Amino acid sequence: MNILVFVKRVPDTESKIRIDRETRAIMEDGLNFIVSPNDEYAVEEALRLKEAKGGQVTVISVGTEESLIILKKCLAMGADEAVLIKDDLKEAYDGLRISKILARAVEKKYPGFDLLLFGKQSVGADNAQVPSAVAELLGLPQANVVTKLEVEGNQGTAYREIEGAMEKVVFSLPAVVSAQKGLNEPRYETLKGIMAAKKKVIPILSFEELGLSQEDTAARVEVIGIEMPPARQAGRIIPGTPEEAARELARLLHSEAKVI
Amino acid sequence: MFLAFIETREGKVKKSSLEALSEAKRRGDELGQEVAAALVGASTDCLNPDIFSYGASTVYLLENARLEAYSAQGYAAALHQLAAELQPKAIFFAATAMGKDLAPRLAARLGVGVASDCTRVEVRDGRLEFTRPIYAGKAFLTLRLKSSPGLATLRPNVFPLIEGQGKSGQMVRKEVAVADGLIKGSVAEILREKGEELDVTEADVIVSGGRGMKGPENFALLKELSAMIPRSTVGASRSAVDSGWIGHQSQVGQTGKTVSPSLYLAFGISGAIQHLAGMSSSKFIVAVNKDPEAPIFKVADYGIVGDLFQVIPAFKEALKKVLSE
Repeated sequence: MNILVFVKRVPDTESKIRIDRETRAIMEDGLNFIVSPNDEYAVEEALRLKEAKGGQVTVISVGTEESLIILKKCLAMGADEAVLIKDDLKEAYDGLRISKILARAVEKKYPGFDLLLFGKQSVGADNAQVPSAVAELLGLPQANVVTKLEVEGNQGTAYREIEGAMEKVVFSLPAVVSAQKGLNEPRYETLKGIMAAKKKVIPILSFEELGLSQEDTAARVEVIGIEMPPARQAGRIIPGTPEEAARELARLLHSEAKVI
Repeated sequence: MFLAFIETREGKVKKSSLEALSEAKRRGDELGQEVAAALVGASTDCLNPDIFSYGASTVYLLENARLEAYSAQGYAAALHQLAAELQPKAIFFAATAMGKDLAPRLAARLGVGVASDCTRVEVRDGRLEFTRPIYAGKAFLTLRLKSSPGLATLRPNVFPLIEGQGKSGQMVRKEVAVADGLIKGSVAEILREKGEELDVTEADVIVSGGRGMKGPENFALLKELSAMIPRSTVGASRSAVDSGWIGHQSQVGQTGKTVSPSLYLAFGISGAIQHLAGMSSSKFIVAVNKDPEAPIFKVADYGIVGDLFQVIPAFKEALKKVLSE
């Protein structure tokens, strides 16, 4: 199987986010960046499919050269190749923009693929748009937020999370699948993997090489502002024995807050 | 005109779609836009005619035998045809599993942007502005969409319903075209594990447990408590999920789900930054934890410093009394 996996560089989920009001962006200094956790499930699933069925795993990211480090990590996990599509625009919160870039890269450079794997959303922009939009641009079926994936010949079966239930989606390959926690447990890089990754060269593609015009890569989203959430006031600690406090809590929720 | 997509699951209209319709109506009134609603399926006869009372002046029923099972490809094609005809200025969806799957696909077909998982919609200078959480709620982004129609998915449980907007309107049934071979994948089956468990994103009340629950068997306590409270469900922190005490679909936080219930009850949850991001927009927060320094108390409206294994049984007793009064 020829599998393409799309990954994004995001701040560690333990990070405290600070905002630069001038640039309407988050402040990056002091942040630790990682492969978006949902994308790691996608990389792992690609590696498992390759191990079971043979083939090739290529990892692709769109971003600045700072994203090379997360691509190295994916190589160290066992991906065969990685490529960076260079984009100097920092987060534009525009899923279709990234989707157009990726769809063009797939058409131009990787036409013979069987499966496109994504994380269900980046942990950051939280848009969850790119998998569906790439599927549409390439005319492919999609299964998003998948916790179980089976591939047999050119037929795929994916189980995806919906509210309070699972949806079994049956589709033909090639297809787009986005991964959700529960799909697998991503492996750690091995020392051997890290050494092998060091030797690999990660090609950097430019928009020009992909034939993307300025119009193609213009953002459709206008950022008006980024704010911190309204600070919550710490409320009151209910005193007393556990029994007394519990009784008082039930009373407060019912009579004062009126939420039960 | 504004359009609202009305999602049906097993013949029932989703409440969160009616919330999206209600918000379309409110903003439509501000901007002088009529609001229409659209349902998609093989047969949309199951329709609850009350849709009109949430603000739709016209309800479009988009039908084709090929749309019996949900597929993003088929549904996007159907809505695309309606959008081409009506030229709406905006299309609203609920940010449900289906809405989040479908809206970006339709947007790519139309070549337009989407505001995902919005928690606020406002009109400023005659334009729609969408506010949505980023980094799971560690920050909020306000944006405008430069392309038309603007698509938006609205987070369930955030936008109030409006009712009594009129009991009738125009119902338009349309056979939409779905080309041969267009649909290359669709839903074959919906699998429910046990009964009709509410998803954490849809519940009004979340009874959530963390590392302080000490083991999987103790989540039964939370399930019992949840069973006493209408429209409630059980949630969990990442450490409880990663320890295998409860399924990951219940996880609240940055690598789980972001939730906005009316009431979030946190038992034995310390309040790691990535958890707080996912639940801080709850309307009311209660924390029960042994450690008085736990960060969860900084966001809680009511806190009890104590042993949850003593607090929960007493709370259940007290709640029983209060609810029966």
